[in-house]
Amino acid sequence: MTRDEIRATVLRVLGEVAPEADLASLKPDIGLREQLDVDSMDLLNFVIGLHNALNVEIPETDYPKLATLDGCVEYLMAVRGAAR
Amino acid sequence: MPILGADMSAGTLVAWRKNPGDGVKRGDIIATVETDKGLIDVEIFVSGVIEEVLVQPGATVPTGTVLAIIREEVLAPAPAIAVGAPPPAAVPAFRPPAPAAPPPAPAVPGRLRISPLAKKLAAELEVDPATVRGTGPGGAITREDIERAARPQPAAAEPQRPTVEIDRQTRMRQTIGAAMARSKREIPHYYLSTTIDMQRALAWLTEENGRRPVADRLLYGVLLMKAVALALREVPELNAVWVGDRVVPSAAIHVGVAISLRGGGVVAPALHDADRQSLGDLMRNFRDLVQRARAGGLRSSELSDPTITVTSLGEQGVETVFGIIYPPQVAIVGFGKLVERPWSAEGRIVSRPLVTATLSADHRVTDGHRGGLFLAAVDRLLQEPGRL
Repeated sequence: MTRDEIRATVLRVLGEVAPEADLASLKPDIGLREQLDVDSMDLLNFVIGLHNALNVEIPETDYPKLATLDGCVEYLMAVRGAAR
Repeated sequence: MPILGADMSAGTLVAWRKNPGDGVKRGDIIATVETDKGLIDVEIFVSGVIEEVLVQPGATVPTGTVLAIIREEVLAPAPAIAVGAPPPAAVPAFRPPAPAAPPPAPAVPGRLRISPLAKKLAAELEVDPATVRGTGPGGAITREDIERAARPQPAAAEPQRPTVEIDRQTRMRQTIGAAMARSKREIPHYYLSTTIDMQRALAWLTEENGRRPVADRLLYGVLLMKAVALALREVPELNAVWVGDRVVPSAAIHVGVAISLRGGGVVAPALHDADRQSLGDLMRNFRDLVQRARAGGLRSSELSDPTITVTSLGEQGVETVFGIIYPPQVAIVGFGKLVERPWSAEGRIVSRPLVTATLSADHRVTDGHRGGLFLAAVDRLLQEPGRL
């Protein structure tokens, strides 16, 4: 998957977790929690959604790396690259 | 229209999920209603046949309004019915719908139509059956009629509702405000707090989640809910609801969990029998509950059954929660933010993740001594997370 495809997947999963969120105005380098008012349940659903969409296992210790949209894309690129 | 919380005075029937003539059994969803808390699926608590629907989709009616008449599958004929009255017809398990529901029988002194169960319940709850309007077959007074009569009556609906459409958020704030004002006005609250060392619980959780597939991971909050549920076994007075002017202890522990809604507002539906569920089951059910609370689809029993409420505002940065009891419950437990602080342990000052747990309780039901024992039990249980 390309970076753009991973980014699109992240946004799609985010949209499923927080359907009311205005993802078009999401700032990629600002924390998702601050911008989307998501909680720990949303975060867990987000991780499960990424797992289902990309077949990646994200340990809890890596959750901080998913704090921003840019962080998510970087992390998932690295994880998928390492998995190949 | 079921009362789905002390802050609800009316609801709008959105759709019938069953039709006249349909057989229904306890637990079936028969209708969807809209309240300020969203779309709620209304369950039925008897088995029988829907005889007639009395409220049409789109209608907004006060709580307590009879929505439909259901002929119960089994209704033991009360001896009183036979006195001077024509013998009741045998009630088949299922029967075709009658062309029209029989009107409630007029009250005749000394000839109340009431089932033995309802009569016994009326005596227990100190309800005068003569003042109760029966909704059972032939106007018979049912157990539900007695329970309804024993509940605190909601304020009468405005005779003329404002025609201006008030947005949902405004209505939700108004209803929450009314319930909380009533709580603070009527319930003599007392407040206790304790600080709990969460190191063992968090270490256990990290290890446990490391073993679980991602979809089965546990949230920290589930440990708190389970600890509260188990602590209630030790101090059961806190697990109760007011029915009329009596406190009725609940044998079952149904923990209401406060869930914030998108765009504002809060609901606190029940995790039924929380003390008896494994952490994995509790997590699955909690996740399902949050999803349905936010997307619509809570069941009426989930809103009417909580016997205590747990609220956590730690993720919002709050350190201490001073909860307001949600009537008719008698207690609410709050958890704040996990903070890393100096802590004295085994003769040394160490850094530990700490959480402040609070209890707001009804002084008419318990006192600080019992409340303190409850918080101590929560603390003790969280020190042995593997046994939760």
